[in-house]
Amino acid sequence: MTDTTKTAPWRFRQPSVLPGFGLSLGITLSWLVLIVLIPLSGLVFRASGLGWSDFVALTLDPRTLNALKISFGTAFLAAVINLIFGVILAWVLVRYRFPGKRVIDAMVDLPFALPTAVAGIALTTLYAPNGWIGQVIEPLGLKVAFTPAGIVVALIFVGLPFVVRTVQPIMEEIDKEVEEAAATLGASRFQTISRVLLPGLMPAGLTGFALAFARGVGEYGSVIFIAGNLPYVSEIAPLLIVIRLEEFNYAAATAIAAVMLAISFAMLLFINSIQAWSRRRYVYVA
Amino acid sequence: MSHDLTASSVASPLPASGPQPALPQLAAATSESRFARLTLTITALAFVALFLLLPLAAVFTEALRKGPAEFVAALGDAETFSAIRLTLTVAAIAVPLNLVFGVAAAWAIAKFEFKGKAFLTTLIDLPFSVSPVISGLVFVLLFGSHSLIGPWLQSHGIQILFAVPGLVLATVFVTFPFVARELIPLMQEQGSSDEEAALSLGASGWQTFWHVTLPNIKWGLLYGVLLCNARAMGEFGAVSVVSGHIRGETNTMPLQVEILYNEYNFVAAFAVAALLALLALITLILKTALEIRYSAEIAASRRH
Repeated sequence: MTDTTKTAPWRFRQPSVLPGFGLSLGITLSWLVLIVLIPLSGLVFRASGLGWSDFVALTLDPRTLNALKISFGTAFLAAVINLIFGVILAWVLVRYRFPGKRVIDAMVDLPFALPTAVAGIALTTLYAPNGWIGQVIEPLGLKVAFTPAGIVVALIFVGLPFVVRTVQPIMEEIDKEVEEAAATLGASRFQTISRVLLPGLMPAGLTGFALAFARGVGEYGSVIFIAGNLPYVSEIAPLLIVIRLEEFNYAAATAIAAVMLAISFAMLLFINSIQAWSRRRYVYVA
Repeated sequence: MSHDLTASSVASPLPASGPQPALPQLAAATSESRFARLTLTITALAFVALFLLLPLAAVFTEALRKGPAEFVAALGDAETFSAIRLTLTVAAIAVPLNLVFGVAAAWAIAKFEFKGKAFLTTLIDLPFSVSPVISGLVFVLLFGSHSLIGPWLQSHGIQILFAVPGLVLATVFVTFPFVARELIPLMQEQGSSDEEAALSLGASGWQTFWHVTLPNIKWGLLYGVLLCNARAMGEFGAVSVVSGHIRGETNTMPLQVEILYNEYNFVAAFAVAALLALLALITLILKTALEIRYSAEIAASRRH
């Protein structure tokens, strides 16, 4: 199946003695087109079929706008919290020794492995007024379950590994000599960390933040149990898509999905450009 | 807590990573004070306990709240049993499909240089940045009764939505990048010299793949399949949209958890959830074992 064009000036691919390029690329492209590109372009096609004025009207519907605001707002807040604690956690895992470290390190991936619905009902049970955590915080006047705060809690769970797993490998690669140089030049430990180490970790941190944020915006399973799902208050955009679908209101579902998709792709582009930028600017790269 | 970091004079051993019999003064210059280390460690561990360990513990506690007999009885329910069977069926179809795709994509991308390779890699990652609900929605729009091919499918008696094919499609979409993403960096790192040697010694293309490439990538492949399978069995949002929630027919385990939970049948809901959590724990243990044992044979990049 090697069908290299003779000696054309423009080459689609560099010559190679390995066989199977046509076959493997063929499988890849057909699978990609069938499973991903046709369905996604179907959505885009449907959205464009709505017409501009309808599309704008559907997106500017107050309930939709509120749902989008809640989704992006809670995801942003959760990603900020994850960035702070994720960096601390990664630092502790890379630099310190303590009993059970390997178990904790492995547990960081739990949100990747645990089905979101399971996480959702577990968190709801914990934060419900009679739950382990709910019992403690309820007398303090804090309500988490069935409020927007509950959404943030679920999104912290879901997003944490993105920050830790993005920052951790970069921290491992930090050259001790950089810190020693800073110390010999008279920097305090605090200065070394804040002026030397953290700026170098920033691209990785931003990437992890963006990944956690993007995941949080689209998250559904873990959120719907704990959120309470009150329209205008704690109803997230993915849930509103499901509600519109159940009402057979395909136009509204498509419009919300198209807006979310456009923003996710913008995020993807943002992540890629951070990485390209940091590759140029820093020694250690996300 | 950051202002505590200035006190760096405490002579204490250990920046981590390997046994370091370094001089105490040197270690002090590149590590934090004992107090700062303690504070950071406790903060990190408390965060992990609060957000990761407690939910996991809650699942098993709630499942066993009324004793093991009730737990077993909940799992013996016919609808739950059919949900377990459906989840296994869907994963058994979706995972091998993405396995073949992943290997093919990694072969094309890692072993050859061609135009548009970076763009292709980005496209493969695309499903990760799409909300699960939207992943389900695209198939509803494609095959639903309002779509172009929906009526045709209906008149020919082909059921895709609210049936196993729809569940498989949504699952394949959601787990699409897992295997490819694991293999591409690994195979790029390994290069092609082994394969070139095999070919020059007269091996055929397939022989080269089976006897040279596959042994080289088997642990990375297993790692990717493991993650792919965990997601395939646990997927909720995408599957929820295409399933139609027909009890005993199109409910996978995560959907069954939702139904039982919404019926206030908490013991049963958490019993099914405990099975899924057990699957997650097994996945994590195998994954960690693979990372420790075969770290060299699994790609260096650890991001999902």
